[in-house]
Amino acid sequence: MAVDVAIAAAKALFIVLLVVQVMGLGVFFERKVSALIQDRIGANRAAIFGFAGLGLVNTLVADPIKFLLKEDVVPASSDRLLHSLAPILSLVPVLVTFAVVPFGDVLEVGGRVVNLQAAELSIGILYVLAMVSLGVYGVVLAGWASNSRWSLLGGIRGSAQMISYEIAMGLALIGIVLTYNTLDLQEMARAQGTLLWGWLPAWGILYQPIGFLIFMTAGIAESKRIPFDLPESESELVSGYFTEYSGPKHLMFMMSDFVEVVLVAALVTTLFFGGWQIPWLYRDGFHFPFGGAVALPSLAVAVLQVTSFALKLVFFTWLQIVIRWTLPRFRYDQLMRLGWQGLLPLALANVVVSALLIVLWSGRSA
Amino acid sequence: MVGALGVSQVAFLILAALTVLSALTVVVHRNPVHSAVALVSTLCLLALFFFALDAQLVAILQVIVYAGAIVVLFLFVIMLLNLQAQSRATGGPLLVAAATLGGVALAGLVVSGLGRAAAPPAAGVGAGFGETAALARELFTAYLLPFELTSLLLLVAIVGAVALAKKADG
Repeated sequence: MAVDVAIAAAKALFIVLLVVQVMGLGVFFERKVSALIQDRIGANRAAIFGFAGLGLVNTLVADPIKFLLKEDVVPASSDRLLHSLAPILSLVPVLVTFAVVPFGDVLEVGGRVVNLQAAELSIGILYVLAMVSLGVYGVVLAGWASNSRWSLLGGIRGSAQMISYEIAMGLALIGIVLTYNTLDLQEMARAQGTLLWGWLPAWGILYQPIGFLIFMTAGIAESKRIPFDLPESESELVSGYFTEYSGPKHLMFMMSDFVEVVLVAALVTTLFFGGWQIPWLYRDGFHFPFGGAVALPSLAVAVLQVTSFALKLVFFTWLQIVIRWTLPRFRYDQLMRLGWQGLLPLALANVVVSALLIVLWSGRSA
Repeated sequence: MVGALGVSQVAFLILAALTVLSALTVVVHRNPVHSAVALVSTLCLLALFFFALDAQLVAILQVIVYAGAIVVLFLFVIMLLNLQAQSRATGGPLLVAAATLGGVALAGLVVSGLGRAAAPPAAGVGAGFGETAALARELFTAYLLPFELTSLLLLVAIVGAVALAKKADG
């Protein structure tokens, strides 16, 4: 009993720490990749107690400290309770979503087989959708409770945008659920270990390429970043729904933005790019399709898989940041048209075609 | 374990108290936004009860559909209309008396109904209870007709809403 609790706590701690590390790397990319893209040097001169030797790393340490030490200004005419609640409601749903994201297959320690997933929920993917839909409240309440017009406009834009793209996101996920015939993210990751024609790993992208494009687009829209950053749009709304936030609460909004980026990366990895899978690596080691095998102990396999998951996570975080610094912002009508007239019909067609193909080819029935 | 409460009973009592409290807040609070937030917390707490009853799918659908979609739309409308704290319309002593009487009668009905209810089966539910596959199988075999009729009803409502919106336009 005590051991089970300890294992569960360790798994939860591990995934949160992993996410926070990747988030830190995301901030690093945000600073330095953007500087590269715009042909400048980027942040490089924060000194902590006179020591500036680590360059950007200093900045990454100094930034959160600065936010935590700043005064937390609450506007006099705001709704104090909801003003404080909004950043929490923005960050918590995103963080707890990682509970169902598998970061490895199984680890055998001391006769126990530990499933490397913080919470084994048979309805994992619905849990993800539920938490994503709860994330809207942070935006709505921040916009309303600040009692400022910029915030209110940002909040209204944000909630409309998130509701619109949630639908396309959910429909893209239906295609994936049809393909793997399960709602459990760990089962999906395991199913991607099978081989097509004896050599090609059956990753989700091969079955659901259109689903991937829809999911990725809707995911970036859900995280409210350029080109979908109209709720924030600093050139017209100051800072949108979190205009009236400073200090630690502002930090929480920024953090939830970055954690959302990592979440989209984690879901794309798990659903479409094999999750923790490494091609031809199984629980007992590598089995190459061209002959040859390398036997590995369970611990080594688990370490390789977790590393593979982390690297994929970093890659898709990087990809989103490059997209963010490459594209201009949409106009609001373009945003709504893309969501309702572009992604939604495409996602519906994807579901119908996927279902037809599955029934006709694999002959799967109830 | 007579006399001592198990962990699950204690958890149930705490959750039940919180649920009643937030449900009361929905009704009593003067500010519509606060009421809506309390409604969200009530719905999420109810979802926890479904979880405790092994009905995972129902729990998560409760969060997705009610907390995640419907109340967001409530809030959206409240924000668009920019409603501030409302003075509640009490509607005169006669209405208050009638409402109180109705409430008491409903409470009596619930309590007496619970008293007459059959004891829950001693045996636990079977394996796979509340799982999506089991629920879906029932839904698409035994209850197919009601399911399709319900979706038809929803479709009619959507078409009606679109028709009304078009009429208002021009």
